[in-house]
Order: sequence, then C-alpha cells, then structure tokens
Amino acid sequence: MHRIYLDNNATTPVLPEVFEAMRPYFGEHFGNASSIHHHGQETRAAVEDARESVAALLGCRSSEIVFTSGGTEADNLAIAGLMNAGDHVITSSIEHHAVLLACKHLEEIGCEVTVLPVDGRSLVDPADVRRALRPNTKLISVMMANNETGVLQPVEEIGKIAAEAGICFHTDAVQAAGKVPIDVNRIGCHALTISGHKIHAPQGIGALYVKKGTRIQPLFYGGRHERSRRAGTENVPGIVGLGKAAQLAKQAFDRGDDKKLSAMRDRLQQGILAQVEEAGVNGDGAPRVPNTTNLHFDHIDGEAMVIALDLKGLAVSTGAACSSGAIEPSHVLVAMGLRADQARASIRFSLGKQTVAEEIDYALALVPETVARLRELSPVYKKQALSI
Amino acid sequence: MSEANTIAVAMSGGVDSSTVAAMLRAEGHTVIGLTMQLWNQRRMAGREGMPESVQGRCCSLDDVYDARRVAQQIGIPYYVVNHEERFERDVVRPFVEEYLSGRTPIPCSLCNNHLKFDQLLIVAQQIGAERVATGHYARVAFDEARGRWLLKRPADLSKDQTYFLFGLTQEQLSRTIFPLGDMTKPEVRELARHHGLALAEKPDSQEICFVPGGDYKRFIDAYLAEQGESLPDTAGDLVTTGGEVIGEHGGIHNFTVGQRKGLGVATGSPLYVIQISGANKQVVVGGEENLYSRTLRARRVNLISVDDLREPMRVSVKIRHRHEPAAAVIEKVKAERADDEILVTFDEPQRAITPGQAAVFYDGNIVVGGGWIV
Repeated sequence: MHRIYLDNNATTPVLPEVFEAMRPYFGEHFGNASSIHHHGQETRAAVEDARESVAALLGCRSSEIVFTSGGTEADNLAIAGLMNAGDHVITSSIEHHAVLLACKHLEEIGCEVTVLPVDGRSLVDPADVRRALRPNTKLISVMMANNETGVLQPVEEIGKIAAEAGICFHTDAVQAAGKVPIDVNRIGCHALTISGHKIHAPQGIGALYVKKGTRIQPLFYGGRHERSRRAGTENVPGIVGLGKAAQLAKQAFDRGDDKKLSAMRDRLQQGILAQVEEAGVNGDGAPRVPNTTNLHFDHIDGEAMVIALDLKGLAVSTGAACSSGAIEPSHVLVAMGLRADQARASIRFSLGKQTVAEEIDYALALVPETVARLRELSPVYKKQALSI
Repeated sequence: MSEANTIAVAMSGGVDSSTVAAMLRAEGHTVIGLTMQLWNQRRMAGREGMPESVQGRCCSLDDVYDARRVAQQIGIPYYVVNHEERFERDVVRPFVEEYLSGRTPIPCSLCNNHLKFDQLLIVAQQIGAERVATGHYARVAFDEARGRWLLKRPADLSKDQTYFLFGLTQEQLSRTIFPLGDMTKPEVRELARHHGLALAEKPDSQEICFVPGGDYKRFIDAYLAEQGESLPDTAGDLVTTGGEVIGEHGGIHNFTVGQRKGLGVATGSPLYVIQISGANKQVVVGGEENLYSRTLRARRVNLISVDDLREPMRVSVKIRHRHEPAAAVIEKVKAERADDEILVTFDEPQRAITPGQAAVFYDGNIVVGGGWIV
C-alpha cells in the first residue's frame, strides 16, 4: 500500500542528508567527546560544530546550547532547573504534558502554579500573564507553537512582561523550530526547548537554550558535561544529526520553503472544507505554523476516522494517545472551549519537508469520502438528520 | 481490500480472541485487531478498600500489550478504541444501581449488548469491516427455513457463553462470527501453540473485569466516593418469610438471593436470603425450602429463533451462568407485545431465582431468547 504521512507534528522522518552526516559517528568516529586523545578530539569537534549550527538556528551563542535527550528533558530541565521551593510559575492550559506535569510536580513539592486559560483560538492573553504575576513569581513558561493547532503564541509580548518583572521566561519551541524563524533575543526568553525528531533529526536528541548568566540547576548528577548543566556522555550521533537538521532548516528558510509549505497546507485545508459541510478549523483566525491544520468534522468519531484513514494509507492524528494507545480527548481542544464531542471529532494534519503535492491530492480525495462514510454509519448523525 | 472479507477481531489479550485473530489470518481473511479500552483500572486503585495496583485484568495495560504483540506477530493492523464513557454509562452505573436496588446484575451481558456488539460493530463498519469476530464460545448460523439468524450453544458446553449473548439482535448476529464455536478449550490452546502464540498458556479470566479481586461491595463504595456521591442508606430490617422482624442489616446491596453467610443472626437451622425488597429495604430470610420457586417473570425480552411468542412454548431455561437448563414453559404475560414480559413456569421448582440475572430460553442447543428476571 502507498502510505502518506501527514503526522509530522508527532515525529518526522530523518532526512537522508541528516542520516549521512550521522553515519560515521556510529562506527568510524566513535570516541567519547570528553577523551583527550585523537578519538575524543574528533567527536568533540563534531559536537561543537553541531552546537554552532543549532545556535545559528536560534540566534544565540553556541555556549548557550545544552544538548538533552529530547524535548521532554529540556522542558523539565528548564522548569525544575529554574524554580526553587516557594517560587511561583505561570504557565498555560495548552502546554505539552512535559511542561504541565513538570509544573504539577513542582506544586506537589511546595511551589505555586498558575495555569492560564486560552481563548477560542487557543491564544494566551498577555494581559492574563501580567495579572498573574506575584511577588514570588520566578518563571513564566508558555509555548511558542501549539502541537495540536499549530497556533503561535504571543511570546514576544510575554518576553517583555518577564523582562519588566525581572523574572525568567521559558518557551517550549518544539513545534515552532524549523517551521518559523526563531530569534531568542527577539523573544526575550531565558530558556527555549527544541526537539530533534520534530525537525527531521532522530528521536532521542533535543536541546535547551539557556541564556548566558542564567543559573540553572541540573536534573542529573554526574560528569561535568555540557558545562555542568547536563551530566552524561554526549549522544554524539544524535547531536550531529540535530546539528545537520538545524543547518538544513536554516537553509530552508533562506529558500522560502516555509511559504511553499503553508501554500500546500492551505490547499489541503481549503480543499477539504470546500467538500465537507459542518466542518471547520480549530484555531481559525490565529497565526499558525505553516505545516499544521486541525479540523473538526462534526458528528464523527475522530478515533474511527484515524483508523479508517490509516487502513487506506493516510497517517493523521487526533487527540493524544493514552498509555494503552487509546485516544483521550485533547486537553488543548477542550481548553479552547470545544465541546467534548467536537474535540473527539477533530483531526490534525501536519505536513513535513518530504510532503509532495500528489500526497495532498490523495488526501483531498480520501478525507471527504471517509467523513461521508463515517457520518452515514453514525447513529448520532442519523438521529440528528432525521429530526431536521 | 474487499470489505466483505475484512473482519475486525475483538481482541482482549486473552488466548481465545488471540487465537481467533491468528486462525482467521491463516485462513486468508483481511483481519483488523481491535481492543476496546473500557475502564481505567488505575481509577479505583489505592482508594479505600481497593488494591493498590491491579494486574492481568481486562483493559489493563498488560492485556493491551499482549493483544498488540499478537497482532504484530501475526502481521495485522491493530488499534485500541476508547469506549470508557459509554462503558461507564451503560455498564458500570447500571451495575451499581442494580445492587443498590437489591438486584444482582450481570455486567457482561450489558457490555455485550451495549459495547461489544453495538459500538464495536459500528466502529468496525466505519473502518471498513462488515463483520466482527470474537473469542466467545457460541455458534451463529443462518436458518433458511425460519429466515432468521440463530444463536446456538457451542461444542464445548463447559465453556458455553450463550447465556451472556441472549440480547443480540438479528442485525448484530448477521455480522458476527464466533470461530471457536466448534472447538474445545484444550483445542483452542493447542491451536494457539500451533500458531506460536506466547500467551497460549495464559490463564482464563474469571471475575468481573472492572471489579478487581471480585469484591463488588468495596467497588461500589469506592466508585460512589470517587463520584462524590454518598452511598444511599439502604439499611433496613431482616424479616422472616412470615413477616417477623428478627434483626437489622447494613444495606441491601450486601446481599444476594440464596446467600447464607453474613446475615448477622444466629438461629438453630440455616437461614438463607429468600428475597430482597428494594422498596422497603427489607431482606427476607428463611429456610432452604423457601428458596425454591416454580415461576419467574422476565422483562426486556429479546427473541432470537422466533420473531414472536404467539403461544406457550416448551423450552429449557437457564437462570444463571452456572445453571443446568431446566425444563419450563414460556408464555407472554400480555398478548400484544413480544418483548414485554414473559412468564416462565418450570416443571420442577428452581433454587434461588435471582432478580437482575437473566433467564435464557433454549430449544435444545438453539437460543430462543431471554430476558431480565424481575
């Protein structure tokens, strides 16, 4: 079966160039980057080259980049590393669980947490951030782009509020990196999270930007790797992959690939909405990353839709999978004010660098037909149709 | 992919449904594995009186893991579908309410009627599978002469699950396959071994899937506490069949008809629960001879082998899962409606006919229908 992958917000394929860049570091260049001999020097150079590439993508100094095992670790490092008992943190209801549950844990061990609501477009209101400030507020953590809707948060305004208050600002930019240009100085953040596998590097590598002069406590105790901010022998192949992916992402912006991607996304979104009634865009009217559209198809079961599309070769997603692999209603869509049934009837399409026009054509043919089938077989929809 | 040949298998992670998936796949069908996530086992874990952790139960992560590994091994797509809300509304709530009303419910039948052969059939159809196969021990066949789908007892009567399937409609039966109907349990395990399934020796599940340890009283307490509801006061009098008050009891949901232990009164001869009256919260006790009755009434009847019961019919009737079908005559209480209420008159009095359980009618191996004992 021909398979089409429109779930790039979940993970992305490693690009061939990225894989090629990594390949020598599995065998030929195997040294521990901390070793003083030739082998260590080889891999140390590769790690530092990669650090420069990542720094270039984010507009920071390479010394401000800490490599981690991924986005979750970077979020946890930022939050646990910047907070002390008795401190207050402000976050939002649409954060990734890596942020929300890290904050919840802090609350259990003596910190204060404010979780801000969002509006119907899933936007945090900066005025709410300002109102939530307390004398003991130490940190604001609001994501740059939401994973489910792709909506971009007003991070620069929030950065200004943090600067005025003299407190730290962390932003989870896992879903923004590689999709929109990032400049940590414009955002005014003290910490920023990225993840490798969302930008065509492998799973198991990520990075946290930590602004120079920001004191951060490590999560792990051990060696003095990453300037004592992250103990543990470096994942050299992963770091090399992340560096290459960052370099490719920067080149892609220079070529204007993001505009092509948003044109393709818009064609998919408009093409579906033109063919399907009682459907709409979640987060409509808000600025979004170029690759994501989240649509609600009223009266359908999103879970059945994802399965039906998968069996026809189209990979998309709905909500968040729980530990068993079943789907639970998305906390993001619920926080935006969608009814539980609308949240369950929502599907996320997320394109990647490898997505081509023919794949959009296939999705445009398949999605409306599948929605129609599901509605026809839905007892709820039939009942409503009869009562009209 | 031809939809007529696409079969969704309801996979629980047990040996029966896993074997069904493996055999249908080996026969060349297009097979999709589905597991229904019905209950979060961790919800009640650690609540007062409930175990800290539960393992090896339906819908547990271990069972989903096992089902997924089987699907991967035999090379079929596999999905977990979440029906927790519906399960709570149509199975767990009624289960609690039945007990609090002094009846003894059968959640497995409710689950079959409302989830496995309703929601799962809908999902299957939506994803392109016209038929659903399960690991139940039962048989289904179309009878040309009657023009009806029949539900029949399986070859292995010791595993017969037709008692829990009496609520299936003609439409549901027409889209259901029970591949284990002609097999015995040892044969199923042998076939599982033949297909190289690691769980061929996995023990059978016995208890109600959402009640870990089988202690339903504690479950009811924990569930109501979780819901922020208080346990209704169903305490009342313990009375004899003659109407004499001989003591008090702590709540009618602690009793079931035929129960002997835990009555809290000491008398010379053994006492049994004869009847539980939800209306006045009385638990009626008496000697064993009072447990026997020749008649029962069943409501919310579903008929399978016949479309209506126009005249009295000789059948055999099962009044609980582990009950040898007993000879009886069934007839409608009122003439007009088939599903209204049926009177069952046994040839011999039956012990402990229990409201809330099902009465299932058999004509030999054919399930005529069934209803809920009132």
